[in-house]
Amino acid sequence: MKVPELVKVSLEVNGHRFEGEVEPRKTLADFLREELGFTGVNLGCEHGVCGACSVLLDGAVVRSCIFLAVQAHDAKITTIEGLAKGEKLHPIQQAFLDHHALQCGFCTPGMVLAAVDLLQRCPHPTEMQIREALSGNLCMCTGYVNIVRAVSAAAEKSRISEKP
Amino acid sequence: MIPLLNLRLARPEALVDLNAIPGLSYIRSEGTEIAIGALTRHREMEFSPLLAEELPLLAEAIPQIGHPAIRNRGTLGGSLAHADPAAELPCVLTALDAHLVAAGPDGERVIRAEDFFTGFYATALAHQEILKEVRIPLDRRTAGWSFLEFARRHGDFALSEASVLIFTEGSSNRCTSARIVVGGSVERPLRIESVEKLIEDEISLSSQASSLADILRRAEHLAETEIQPGIAGGENSDYLSHLTGVLVRRGLESAMERWRKR
Repeated sequence: MKVPELVKVSLEVNGHRFEGEVEPRKTLADFLREELGFTGVNLGCEHGVCGACSVLLDGAVVRSCIFLAVQAHDAKITTIEGLAKGEKLHPIQQAFLDHHALQCGFCTPGMVLAAVDLLQRCPHPTEMQIREALSGNLCMCTGYVNIVRAVSAAAEKSRISEKP
Repeated sequence: MIPLLNLRLARPEALVDLNAIPGLSYIRSEGTEIAIGALTRHREMEFSPLLAEELPLLAEAIPQIGHPAIRNRGTLGGSLAHADPAAELPCVLTALDAHLVAAGPDGERVIRAEDFFTGFYATALAHQEILKEVRIPLDRRTAGWSFLEFARRHGDFALSEASVLIFTEGSSNRCTSARIVVGGSVERPLRIESVEKLIEDEISLSSQASSLADILRRAEHLAETEIQPGIAGGENSDYLSHLTGVLVRRGLESAMERWRKR
């Protein structure tokens, strides 16, 4: 089998610059997890259905399992590890904690990042808008009710205008 | 595309990423047409005031594409060239009689949406061609429109979907022409011309409620019979034909309702 040429990738993750050499076929999710150690990028279905691998790419939520690492050259990525400021959780993370919006926690990084994307665009969403925004993120534990409550509470508590 | 790679259903030797080509992301009004660049993302179309004003059918369909994370990255050209029979845009753009501009080594050519989708994940694009632009004519006055799809879960690919457009002239009460296109249950967007003819011949704003209900029932039946078992495939074919008929009827009801309110 032909060994693929490696391609140089330079990108910013959570405010830090990283450089690497990747096979062109490598997904962004695998690159973030295996090469850079951001294991908060959870891989569930690996074909764009479950949403667990969601990250922010230049501020907009995308699925890193169906996105090639080489396509992220020069992009700014935010993973779940990049939301908290030191010990202080991001308001949406805090709201998930306060409202018991996670059980096993596997879907949580994707859920939180999808909520960040929503509240940046729409600081005071209705319940329907929250459900629509999170509809691409599957959760097997919670039944979603507390997740929707948490996002709603985070929106009420603070206008999240600052980009992560 | 990438899900197909991840599942090893497709094993291309090479992939060419078009995202770096500048100048292919735009939505503009060009007199009697709307031109949209092939690299325009779903999200830009979703929030475009121009599309909301001029092409309400398209504006209604776009939020039904996948989820926000999909719409943030997905492009118009990508969806059309991929030609998934259950995707929204092939169905809607066939209904809108869009003209697709392909570019290749020999220059550009224009392919009508109806001729572009040739089968299951197959298009009329030649090997060295890319899709460059989509042009949607605004020559007919839209009286009523509707895009409906049915999926088991919100955001899933549609089991079946229907685009309905009713056109009129001036302040006429009569429907002058109609476009009815279904997808999902068939291998490529399918115009239901028998229903279009029925609507053109028989529907007007002054139709009596009872006769309208009768026409809509006939439309449902015609659509259902045009989705042939075998095309729809497998043991679900009766269900998919029935579902498609129902979506066409409900789409017509919704389009008529909008026409009345205008």
